[in-house]
Parts: sequence; structure tokens; C-alpha cells
Amino acid sequence: MKRRSFVQASVALGSFGALGSMVGCASVGHVPEKAQVVVIGGGYGGATTAKYVRMLSNYKINVTLIEPNGAFVSCPISNLVIGGSKTMADITTPYDKLSGKHGVNIVRDYVAHVDAAKKTVTLASGPTIRYDKLVMSPGIDLMFNTVEGLKEANESGQILQAWKAGPETLALRKQLEAMDNGGVYAISIPEAPYRCPPGPYERASQVAHYFKQHKPKSKVLILDANQDVTSKGPLFKKFWADNYKGILEYMPQHKVVAVDAKTNTLKFDVQNDVKAQVLNVLPAMRAGNIAVQSGLANANGRWCGVNFQTFESTQAKDIHVIGDAIMVAPLMPKSGHMANSHGKVTAAAIVAQLSDMPVNPAPFLSNTCYSFVNDKLVVHVASIHQYDAQEKTYKTVPGSGGVSAAPSELEGIYAWNWAQNIWADSLL
Amino acid sequence: MKTTSLSMARTLAAITWVATFGASAQMPPAATQLHNRATAAMCANCHGTDGRTVEGSAIPALVGMPKDYMVLQLKSFKDGSRPATVMHQITKGLTDAQIDTISSYYAATKR
Repeated sequence: MKRRSFVQASVALGSFGALGSMVGCASVGHVPEKAQVVVIGGGYGGATTAKYVRMLSNYKINVTLIEPNGAFVSCPISNLVIGGSKTMADITTPYDKLSGKHGVNIVRDYVAHVDAAKKTVTLASGPTIRYDKLVMSPGIDLMFNTVEGLKEANESGQILQAWKAGPETLALRKQLEAMDNGGVYAISIPEAPYRCPPGPYERASQVAHYFKQHKPKSKVLILDANQDVTSKGPLFKKFWADNYKGILEYMPQHKVVAVDAKTNTLKFDVQNDVKAQVLNVLPAMRAGNIAVQSGLANANGRWCGVNFQTFESTQAKDIHVIGDAIMVAPLMPKSGHMANSHGKVTAAAIVAQLSDMPVNPAPFLSNTCYSFVNDKLVVHVASIHQYDAQEKTYKTVPGSGGVSAAPSELEGIYAWNWAQNIWADSLL
Repeated sequence: MKTTSLSMARTLAAITWVATFGASAQMPPAATQLHNRATAAMCANCHGTDGRTVEGSAIPALVGMPKDYMVLQLKSFKDGSRPATVMHQITKGLTDAQIDTISSYYAATKR
């Protein structure tokens, strides 16, 4: 257990400041015996919840956030790092404002165990924290075992996912840079639901844009287990036909079942094998491991059912689950923006419950997902989800929401400002 | 799972509240304030926490925006008289009461 010994060694040092190379290392808080609210995971969902519980309680409710990474690395915009028009620094935000400005106690660790009956969280490094309310925002786990040979090929660094932004984002960029002009990049997409529905198509567009500029003999193959493009389909397909003809090829109904790392080949349930120089395999996904391990993934063993008014688990009292890990309501995407929205509804519900006030009977959620089709042009999909008290779910309002008429540079400006503003809203 | 006396007290408080006010009756002021603030926060994903955007943002800041002006803009997006890239789609999902709540919140928030 490398990670565990890393955490223990670091705790023994008494300060992560000793690890000078860590980007944007937050001031690491103490491990309290008890916190009113414990949040697991500092992504779009968890960071937003931690900040908004503090703000909405007028800084009266104490919050401990448990997160293993020293800084937040955004999945949205990370495809532009892969395409070469943004850098890792552009998509990285430190956690120090969450602690310094908002008084969130940040503990840098993994969670080993949750005891819902005793209401405790046990850290990988050993200590146990009691809570009144637990928020789990663990993101997704990639189910490498659903594709034969993938786990080993990923661990060796040969076949990357780069679906959790971080070291693999940069590693995939380097694979593309090292590839010959004339080489093939193939991305495989699992059946929905998965994190960020338009994300794989945006990534394919970014790589195609890079090839068009720098490696015009190269090709992008999209191997999609779904029947068709799952998000913004007509917009992506028109842009590909108009701009990436002969560079990008889309193949629906291609479900990867195995990889052969020796020959860099993808194997499918029905179709012929596909060989490529750079393989980017996205396996099926499920709720982050700590949620599954805690017995909260009660929908197909993959996603966590929640009471949508409060995001409290349908499985365990006083544990709220948010973000990509949940069993979604109809037409609700697994997106960073949506996780931020979940975080706010949850924060308000928790503040109400801990203050003996009624929770909001009619919350709503907003979502906007921007996709870059090259380095400047952008398309979006937007939606509003109103809580339906009768059916205890969220519904999109008929006639609301929708997609762009066409890619535009104006939306490109808004997309980058969206990223900067939501990073600030979640973390600063 | 054990039911603590604290959570029992909370359940009682909630039951008492429902019995006293009814599910659709008026909220205690502190609760209304909390819910309104959380409702307005649904704009903050793009428009910044409390309507304060990052420096140089083309997405406008909402903090301190006069209420009448904001209600008018949101309704103009909603009925299509003001063109937009996204807001015409977002506002069609909001009730007039939510538009009022959101506009009141940002108007009352100091720059």
C-alpha cells in the first residue's frame, strides 16, 4: 500500500510543508475527534458543500473536508490540456482559500472506513472522526476489470484513461506529442451513464484539432458503445463533417471487451479488432469506492440512491451523497456543474437540519456544460431541474434548457469564464 | 441505528413545525432567508459566489444589481425579447417567484 505508507510517513513528518514540490498545498488542518459536518472528497461537489455549509451557517457550523490531493485539478477544461491549448497550471486551483478564507478544516488523507451506525469516519492513516452529518462526494471509480487486460495496461502507463484529471492528463498529452505524423489515436466510450456525457466527444475534437494543425496525416477514431453520440450529437457531428473530414471517424455500437497491450489492439464484442498507436480507453464507471464499500451504492451496485430534497442516502441516515456518485434523476447529467448544484442544495439542507429549521420544500438545480470543438469555438447544453415533491425527483421544465444553435467564439469566451467562476465558487 | 435524543428532538421540532404551520404555510424567517440564499446560489456557478465574478469575466457580476432591472432582464430572456446564448434557455426553467427571489437577493447584497 504505497499511498497508505505515504500518508503515514507524511503524518509522521507532522507537516506536508516538508513536501515542497506539492502544488498549491493547502494548510493541513488537525484531525479532530469530532466535526459537525465531515465531507469526503474535495471535487466540484465536496468543495462546494464544505464552503457553502460554512457560508450558509454564517460560519457557525464546523466542517472537516477529507481529500487526498494537495490541489484541485479540474476535469472540465482538461481536454484542452490534452489538445495543447491549456496547461495543467490553468486547470489547477489550490485548497488554501477553502481553509484560510472559509475556515474549512482540511485533512489530507483517504478514508478507509465509514461506520454509519456509530457515525464515524476512519482515515487511512488511522484516526477516527465522529460526525453529525457526513457528505460523500467521492466521484467515480473506473471499472478496469470490465475490460480484459486494461488494469495491467493502465498501471504500466501504456493505456491511459485521463478521465480523472491529473497526472494521466499530462501523460496522454505526451503520448500524442510523441506519436508519429500518420499515427492513430483511438478513444473508446462506455455505455451511458458515465461521468461527463459530452466529454469524450470534446476530447476527440481537441485531438483532431491538434492533428489538423501539427500531424495532418494522423487520425482520430471514436469507438462508442452507445447507439449514437450521447450529448450535443448534431452539433458535434456537423462540426466533425465540416472541419475534421478525413481526420476523425465516429463508430457507434463498438463496445470494448478487451485490450491487447502487446499489439496495442482493442477487441470488441462483435466488430473487428482496432489497432492504434495511442489508445485511450474509458471503462464503465460507478460511484467512488468508499461509497460502494460503505454499502451506499444501492442501484445496480454502481450508483447511490438519494432522497432528492436533501441528497440524504436512501441507505443510511445522516449520510448525504452528491455528484457523479448518485443514481441520477431523469435527464440529470453527471457533471461538475451539477455536482456544484447538488452541493448547494445539500449544504442548505444540512444547515437547516442542524439548526432545527425546515428544509426547502422546492429546491432546484442548474446545469450548463460547455464543450470546445477546437481551441476557440464552443457549444453548450443547459438545463434547469425543479424538485417535484409528489414524485420525489427532479424534472426538467418543458420548453426550458437546450443546446447552442451553432459553435461560436462568444461561447468560447463564456466557457472559459464559466470555468474560472465555478472554480472560484467551489474553492475560493 | 440508534436514535439519539438530539435527533428525536429534531424530529419532534419538525413535526411541531408542520403541525403548527402546515406544509405550505409560511416559513420561519431564518429558514426563508436560508432557502432564498441557496436559491440565489444556483446562479453563482457561472456568476460567482454572491454574484461576484472573477476579474475580467465577460459573464456579468450580479452583486448589487438593481432589482427591477434584473427582474426585467430575466423576464426578457424568458419571453425571448432579449437574445442570449444560454440565459433564454435557463430562465424558461425558472418560476416568476424564483426570479423575484433571485433578483431580491442580489439587489440586497452589497458590492
